[in-house]
Parts: sequence; structure tokens; C-alpha cells
Amino acid sequence: MSIQAALKERILVIDGAMGTMIQRHKLTEQDYRGSRFADWPSDVKGNNDLLCITQPAIITGIHLQYLEAGADIIETNTFSSTSIAMADYDMQALAYELNIAAAKCAKDAITQYKSKHPNAKDKYVAGSIGPLNKTLSLSPDVNNPGFRAVTFDEVVISYTEQIKGLVDGGVDVILIETIFDTLNAKAAIFAVKEFFRKAGKPELPMMISGTITDASGRTLSGQTLEAFYTSIEHAKPLSVGLNCALGAQEMRSHIEELSQIAVCYTSAYPNAGLPNAMGEYDEEPHQTAHFIEEWAKNKFVNIVGGCCGTTPDHIKHMADNVKNITPRALPIVDTTI
Amino acid sequence: MSEEIIHIKPYLRLAGLEPLVIRPETNFVNVGERTNVTGSKKFARLIRENLYEEALSVARQQVESGAQVIDVNMDDALLEGVKAMTTFLNLMQSEPDIARIPIMIDSSKFEIIEAGLKCVQGKCIVNSISMKEGEAKFIEQAYICKAYGAAVIVMAFDEVGQADTKERKIEICSRAYKILVEQVGFDPQDIIFDPNIFAVATGIEEHNNYAVDFIEATRVIKQRMPLAKVSGGVSNVSFSFRGNDAVREAIHAVFLFHAVNAGMDMGIVNAGQLEVYDEIEPVLRNLCEDVILNRNNDNNEATEALIQYAETVKAKGKVEVKSAAWREGTVEERLAHSLINGITDFIDADTEEARLKYSAPLEVIEGPLMAGMNQVGDLFGAGKMFLPQVVKSARVMKKSVAVLTPFIEAEKERLKLASTSPNGATKGPAKILLATVKGDVHDIGKNIVGVVLGCNGYEIIDIGVMVPADKILAEAVKHQVDIIGLSGLITPSLDEMVHIAKEMKRRGMNIPLMIGGATTSRMHTAVKIAPEYGDGVIHVLDASRSVTVAGSLLNKDQKKPFLAELEKSYIQLKADFDTKRTTKQSLPYATALKNKVQIDWSNFSVTKPSFTGNKAIEITDLSVLVDYIDWKPFFIAWELHGNFPAILTDGVVGEVASKLYADARTLLDTIVQEKWLTAKGAVGFWPATAIGDDVIVKNNEESTTLHFLRQQAVKAAGQPNYSLADFICPAAENKEDYIGAFAVTIHGIEKHIKAFEENLDDYNKIILQALADRFAEAFAEYLHTKTRKEFWGYAKDEVLDNEALIKESYVGIRPAPGYPACPDHTEKYTLFNLLETEKHTGITLTESLAMYPASSVCGWYFANPQSQYFGLGKIGQDQVADYTIRKKQTLEYITRWLQPVID
Repeated sequence: MSIQAALKERILVIDGAMGTMIQRHKLTEQDYRGSRFADWPSDVKGNNDLLCITQPAIITGIHLQYLEAGADIIETNTFSSTSIAMADYDMQALAYELNIAAAKCAKDAITQYKSKHPNAKDKYVAGSIGPLNKTLSLSPDVNNPGFRAVTFDEVVISYTEQIKGLVDGGVDVILIETIFDTLNAKAAIFAVKEFFRKAGKPELPMMISGTITDASGRTLSGQTLEAFYTSIEHAKPLSVGLNCALGAQEMRSHIEELSQIAVCYTSAYPNAGLPNAMGEYDEEPHQTAHFIEEWAKNKFVNIVGGCCGTTPDHIKHMADNVKNITPRALPIVDTTI
Repeated sequence: MSEEIIHIKPYLRLAGLEPLVIRPETNFVNVGERTNVTGSKKFARLIRENLYEEALSVARQQVESGAQVIDVNMDDALLEGVKAMTTFLNLMQSEPDIARIPIMIDSSKFEIIEAGLKCVQGKCIVNSISMKEGEAKFIEQAYICKAYGAAVIVMAFDEVGQADTKERKIEICSRAYKILVEQVGFDPQDIIFDPNIFAVATGIEEHNNYAVDFIEATRVIKQRMPLAKVSGGVSNVSFSFRGNDAVREAIHAVFLFHAVNAGMDMGIVNAGQLEVYDEIEPVLRNLCEDVILNRNNDNNEATEALIQYAETVKAKGKVEVKSAAWREGTVEERLAHSLINGITDFIDADTEEARLKYSAPLEVIEGPLMAGMNQVGDLFGAGKMFLPQVVKSARVMKKSVAVLTPFIEAEKERLKLASTSPNGATKGPAKILLATVKGDVHDIGKNIVGVVLGCNGYEIIDIGVMVPADKILAEAVKHQVDIIGLSGLITPSLDEMVHIAKEMKRRGMNIPLMIGGATTSRMHTAVKIAPEYGDGVIHVLDASRSVTVAGSLLNKDQKKPFLAELEKSYIQLKADFDTKRTTKQSLPYATALKNKVQIDWSNFSVTKPSFTGNKAIEITDLSVLVDYIDWKPFFIAWELHGNFPAILTDGVVGEVASKLYADARTLLDTIVQEKWLTAKGAVGFWPATAIGDDVIVKNNEESTTLHFLRQQAVKAAGQPNYSLADFICPAAENKEDYIGAFAVTIHGIEKHIKAFEENLDDYNKIILQALADRFAEAFAEYLHTKTRKEFWGYAKDEVLDNEALIKESYVGIRPAPGYPACPDHTEKYTLFNLLETEKHTGITLTESLAMYPASSVCGWYFANPQSQYFGLGKIGQDQVADYTIRKKQTLEYITRWLQPVID
């Protein structure tokens, strides 16, 4: 069944945090390097995306845990798999390969899951495209507000390479997520549109997920939620939503607003609450799931899941709680004013 | 749950940082035209000379004048268009007050348009594409605009040429529409037509019908393609009257009146100069109407008549300014008079006269201006001038310096070029850096200190509010300042100041640190801040003291003895504090808990509020709040102490206070009449029961716990150890009681603050800030009255005048989290959640839990007749431990927030 058909029928569940799960393995610098990068000149510990190449079994295992918990959509471990973000580790040349490897981890997990549960509903792989560590709307130099650390064209080139890797690796959906600068997202959208147009292939569906960074209700680059939505509407995405930065409690009013203005499906995958004084997330699975259930009942969302601090346990509670709730219907777009 | 399908209308939706939705009721969208190098000489010059920062002010002026979209055009043969567009748009993105609105990227070169699209996160309008070079190119460009998510303006231009008649305009627009919608897949609402506005009244007969052609073509286009929009460059129409703005504005107004009626949706206009159709002088309006509608114009009669009328408008001159006796004095005397009396009317001319008289512009500042300001300083020091007057003097000084600055800069350049000696640099005035610390948004006091110090010859570097330690210290080093001044109003700011002092020590700095602001004290400075930094920490009580303190710190001979003396007194204070602390008597928390306020609950009948849950209250007509204003704190902000209205007739400060009051009332009237500010509030009531020092609130199905603290000092016999929880009926009584909450704020101050700043008018700026604070307090008072009489209704028959209100002689209290009865600021989170404060009022909390906008007030409502205000005093570790468990927080977190009250 296509993801579009599935969304008409039910609320889909997207997976939870990858980083939190990786941390549980307490990996060392040596584990990150594996044999292939044993002599890499810089430290690579913390380069979680690299694990798709050096520790694929761990990544596949995490995907599998989320599938077992009830996730319908799993995200590839490619949040930073672009030449621009990988430059931090001097691994820009690996960008394409990382995306292929990550897609494989996700698809392997689905194959394993299906062999265990032959009658299960279809599962989908979303190719994750992160926001980059450089922004197109903000200057990193306070004394020179007109300065930009990167250009639109450079960002498009970098994203295009990532998109090619994800598509060649066989993902079902392109997920542009954790958008804190809308112009970066617009470059990603531009790259998707141009990639498929030039390749002569039908466009894969796009999921777009922005980030409201704080209590001001705006993105980091200063846009209100409605302005953000208006600025990416031309992507004609499968879904638009919010993730990260906020817990469900803080995200509620924003997702409610989005559900009123978006002509497409809506998604939300908040953090497990706000971090405590130690920077840890301590919202319990049933608490997060309780918020999500209320959103589902109020028809705010079509896709739900978790971001930082959420675990398979959180996803399981969510999946159980939204299982029997009818999803938000798509709005009717009038043809006259 | 009922299934309600949402309908979404196909409106044109644009976005900058904020959305702009063009709905039928939007009427006419103003597109600001001045940021166009082909249309504005000033803007073109600024861009050519690379003065981008200044060019931004042109954009800002357009936004402030009401432009809803801003057109940017860099088509100039002498410019590198791609680079100029990129540079300017990138800069604009970092100005939130400009970037707020959508951008129209305007160029005849598509590569410049595409460069612009790469800089803007919002949804732009491309101005424009056309079929001038054939369909293929048109389609290609449309695809690219779509990939960037922009709306497009399509100019009525095809392979044959630009459309001038009604029929051609309609034909080209219809053809372009079909291509865009059917071939490119453009959303019809994202298509905007520009059917070409050409100049009328040029004397050439063929041009006479141009406006009519535009208007009539618009009518048909809008009928046939109702989702598409129509736009145009309005100032073209009056081109033949260039140089005569009065007539041009009238023509524009008449043209727009008819074009908008025909369906025109938006237009590129000088947003600051739109005249209202009804207010055009009737004779002129009639003449314009003839020209625009091509009436009575068979032989250019209408044109001739308007040209004749235009001549008479041009001839009117400016009104003479009347003179006074003091104008007879020397230029030095006149400058001093203006400075002391705060008169700006003649300052530009007098400054210019002095500049020509002295050999260098800098000498005017160092000579007559400083002499005048010294007199001001002396009079202020002697108590013969007061703060409001000094602030006005500062304004005059700033204006004068602004006249001289360009000449001083030119002089510097000249000296740099001609200088042969390397010793040309002279040390400027001493520099003082001022900042409100991270997490705090309050800055009235800091602004006043800045003005007063500025008047005394110091160079002030004011880096604003909510400034992190790192930035404060980096800026201090960068500017090589001589003193750092920190300001803060709320208690968490005290910790931040301690942190900054530690940082200064860690970084090995040696600049003295001045501490000021309502929450700061000599004691806190002595006990907590001074021990962290060895190179001088000085608490400054108010703005007038700041001058002597700065003077002592910057005088080589005085600095050492001054700091030594200070250190001695701080050590003494700290010693006193430490001994006092040990001798203070307090009760164990468990004992204090038993000594609660005795209320006879069994005989108490609770009044049920008229509603439960929360609701939003918005007041746009602030006149209802004026009577609730408590003026006393307003005068205290200006360092004029005394009761109101007695202060107006006070023997010493009466005259100054009256003048200040009159100025404040004038501004207040403007604020109210012109609706500068909006008051937004939220109020709510919920069933509540008390368990110990907790109050459990039922909000719909959920319950929320409020946490209060209890006095632990040993009390006289019969005196209770107060906790606010005592005023709510205990759970054991099994009786439904209620608690309420409110939050109010004043929106809209920023724009006007900025305008005053640009006008170098600190006086009105500070009045405005102080008035906004008064309005917030007045709103709180108003809401409390409404709560007592109506919303909660426990005192329906209350009759109190303003004085009685200020004396708080009513039943019930409204204590605020973070203040003496309940000093835990973090309870604001709960209060904000219950009220949905952000949604209803737009108030946000900083990391130190200051409310933004700065003019905001919040609090709890208690209705019990025995409820009263009290100060918590110090609490013991036993209560802290208990509170930590109650709040489900870490001890570290609680200790940090309760620091000031922990014994």
C-alpha cells in the first residue's frame, strides 16, 4: 500500500530518537572508526551517521526496535550526511556513500521485520535531510550581518548529492526536518525538484518538518509558523509538521495552528519534554503518548512520533494510543475566493 | 467528536518573517517603492557609495510608513546588479523590523531576480517576467520562480511590444494566464498582472486615455481571472508633474480610487506619501479626476487646467519662525541657552554658525557645547535642575553633535591624508559601556543613566537588554571602555551580575564595574558581587550618583582612595550581614506550618466566579485605563520623589514635576488617540484546595499544583507565619474554593521608541517607556476591579476612587510570583500555562523569567477577606528540602531560584 493510501486510512507513526539509542551502546572512538577508518586523522566519535558504514548492525538493530514498537515510518540515520556537515570530520567525500549505507540499514531492518511478521502492514523508509550546520539567512559574524558562511548554490549542490544517495539507496519518502532556517529548507526543496526533473523520474513524496525554537513561537531564523508554512507550501509536500526543540506540551498550540492552515497532511514528533537541569529528557513514555493521543483526538495530526530523548518505549505507547483514532481529514481547498 | 472539514481559500499568501494574506477585504496592498535605484536618487546614491547600512534606513522608513511589501530594484548601469541585490537583501534579512514584510524582487534582468531569490527565506514576489522574448523563455523563467516558491508579476508585454490599449492589455494577460496555469502548473492566485501604468497629461493627445485603459483592462482581467491579482507602478501616471509632490500625490490618490474600485489589488507607491481621496482639496480633486478619467479633455483642456492649478501650489512658501530676546546674544550664549532650556528649534542653525566661527568643528564641541553642558551638570549637581530637564538638554546636545559629525569625519580624513607625524591620535572622552544583563528586559533606568553620563562628557556604549556575559565583556574589550555598568530589575539578574564579576576576574580584566537597577542593593553588592572581583565593584543608587562615581573612578588621584574607602565599607557591610545572619531567630518549618493563618472556614461562604478557565481581554482604547494610572512611580522613575498630586505644587521640584506631567499627559493623549499601544491580558479562575503549602488547582480534567512558601521567622504571640496557601480553603474542609490569575501587557512600544531614538529624543523615549509601565500597572488594577465586581464578583457593590485603589483598600490581593509574598519566579511557568498567557497576550518569559514586553504584570488572585500582602523573609534549609520534593525538582535548581530568600 502506498504511503498516501495509508495516510487516508490511519494515523502513521514515525520512529523516535536515534542519538539516544546510540548512546545506550556506549561506543568508543574505536567502535566509531571500525577497521576502515582506524587511521583516520581526526576524531570521529560523535559522528553518528558514520555508524551506518562502520557499525551497520547497531543501526539496523535500532531501526528494528522501533519497527517492533509500532513505527510505520523509520528515518534513515542521515541527519548530517551531507558534504557540508561532514566537513567537520573531513569526511565530505563520504556523503553519497553514507546515504546509500543508511538507506540499506533501514531497508534491511524492514526485511528482517517482515520475515518475522509476514502479515504486518507496510513500513516506509524516510530519507532524513537535516538542516546543516551553516545557515543561509543568518550571519555567523555579529559585526557583519550581511555575511553568509555558505551560498544557496553550495547548499543545493550538497543536498543534491544527499538526495541522490537516498534515492539510489531506495528510500520511499524524502524528509526535510528540523528546519530552523527556512532558506536552507527552500534550497533542499529546490534540490529535490531539480533532481527529479533532471533525472526524468517522478518526484518522491516530501515530508517537511520545521522547528519552533522557543517560546516566541518562531523559527530560529525569525519566521512565525504561518510565514514558515507559506514559504514552503510550493513544495506541495505530502506532509508538513514540527519536530524537536519543544516537548509536546509546548508544541501543542503550534501544531494546532498548523492543522488549521495546512492543505496537506500534518506531522509532529516532539522531544520527550524539555531537558532538565542536567540536559536530559525525562518525560515518561506514557506522558508523551498522552499528549499525542489528545492531539490525535482533536484531529491535529496525521503522522506522530518522537524526537530527542524519545525511545522505542515512547513510540510503543504512542502507537497503542493512536491506533484506533481516525486521522485528520485533508482540508478542502476552495476554488473561489 | 464531530467531523468538521476545514476549508482553505485560494488567497495569495506571501511571507517575510510574518505572513501576509491578501483577502478580498485587504483592499489595497501598498508596495514600498523607495528602495529602488531607478526611482529614488537618495537610495541610488547610497548604494553607489556602498553605504548599505544607511540604505537600510530607506527600507525601514517604508515599512514604518505602512508598506506591506517592499520592492527592491538594483537596475543601474553603474552597479553590479547581482552583487548589489545579494548584499542588500542579505543585510535586510538581519533587520527583523524590515524583514517582517514580504519582498518584491524587481529587475528587468532575470539573473538579478534569481540572485535575489537565493537570499530570502520568505515567499517573495518576482517583478517581473513577460513574453517579451517569446513563450519559451517566459515558461523557463516561470518554472524557476516556481521552484523557489515565489509569486510572479507578469508584465503586459509580448513579442510585439508593451500593451497600451485596453484590448491589448486584456489579450496579453489572458494568454500568459493560460500558459502559466495549464503548462507550468502555477497556482492562479500566485499570478499578478501589471497591465502597465503610463503617464497622462503629457500634452500628447494619445496619452490622455492611458489611465482609463488601465482601469478598464483591470476590470475585465479581474472578472475573467478572479484569483489572479492586478498591480502597477502608480507614480508613473503623474510623471509629467515631477517636482510638484502636492499635485502628484493628489493624482495618485484619484487614480488609485478608481483603479482599486475596478479591482486593482496592489501597487508600488511611496508608502509615506499616500493622500486620502476624501481629503484632497475639492478643486484639485476635480481637476485630477478630469485628467485621470479623460473627461472634458478633447483638446487637452483638462490637462491645461491641472497644469495651471499646479503652478499656484508650487508658489506657496514656508512659514517664518518667530524670534525672542535671547536670540540677540552671541552664538555661545545662544547655544548655552538652548542646552539649559532644552530648546531644539534653533540648534541646527546656531551650530552651523559656530562651526563657521571656529577653526575646527571639534572645537565647537570642546568649546561652547561642553561649556553649556558643564553648566547643566553644575545645575543638576546643585539640585537646581532635575532629571527631566537634563534629558532634554542631552537631546539638544545630540542634535548639535549630529550637525557637526560629518564635518568632524571629513576633518579626520583630511588629517589622515595630510598627517606626517605619527602622533596625530588624541585620546577621546572616557567610555562607559552599559548593558541590561542576560534574561532581563528592563531598561528605563539604564537609559536614564546613559543620558546623564552622556551629558557629563562620557562616551556611552549602550549594548541593549538581555546581553550575555560573554558579549558584555567582549564589547568592553573591543571598545576599550573605562567602566562597565550593569543593570537589572528582577532578582535572577543578581546572580547574573555575580557571574559577570567572576568572569571578569577569570579573564584578568581590571575595569571597574558599576551595578545598578531596582533589584540591586548596596548590601547585595557588598556581600555577593564585590568579593568576586578585585578591581572595583560599586553599587550606584541612582542616575545622579552615577556621575560622581564615574568621576571618582576616572580621576587618577581619586580612584585609589575612593575604591579603598568603598572596600572598607563593603567589608563592614558583609561582616554586619554575616553576624546578623547567625543571630536571627527562626522556627523549624514544621512548627511554622502549624502556626498558619486562622480562618473560620466552616462559616465562610465562597463566591463562585462567573466563569472558570481562562479568557483573553484586549483593550485597544486605552482611555479606559487612564483613570487607573498611579502616577507616583512615574515620577520616581525620573528621580522626583513625593506623593502625587502634591508633588506638582512642591516648593522645590513642583515646577519641573508640573512640566514633566504636562509633557507626559500630552504624549499620553497622543498614545490614546492614535492608538499607539494595545493592552492585552488574560484572566482565569479555577477551583482550588490547599494541602499544606500547596494549592491544587483543577483545570478542566487536569490538576495542577501551585507551590507557596511560608514565613519561618519567630513571630509575636498571636501572629501567624503567613503563606499564601493559607488563604485557600484546605482540602479537609471539603468545600469548593477558587483561585484566580491574571497577566497583562502593553504592546506596540518598539516602533515609537525607535522613532524617538532616530529623532535623538531621549526625553520622550523615556516618558513613553515609563508610561507603558504605568499602563501595564493600570491595566492590572482595572482587571482586578473588574474581577472583584464582575468576573469573580465577590465584591459586587464595591465603590472606590483611584486613591483608594492605590492604597489597596479593597478585599482580596493579587501577589505576583517573584515578589515578596511568593518569591519563586519559576511559578510563573504554571501561571502562564494555566492562563495560556502566551497565546492570549503574547508575553514571553526570558531564561531569567522576566516578562517580555517589559511592560507586563502578572499575579494570582485571592478573594478571601483575610488575605493580605506580606514579605516572606528568610526560609530555612528544612523548608527548601521540603519545597524541592514538592516541586519535583533538584536541590540545585531550587537553590538557584530561591537564593535571595534562603537563610
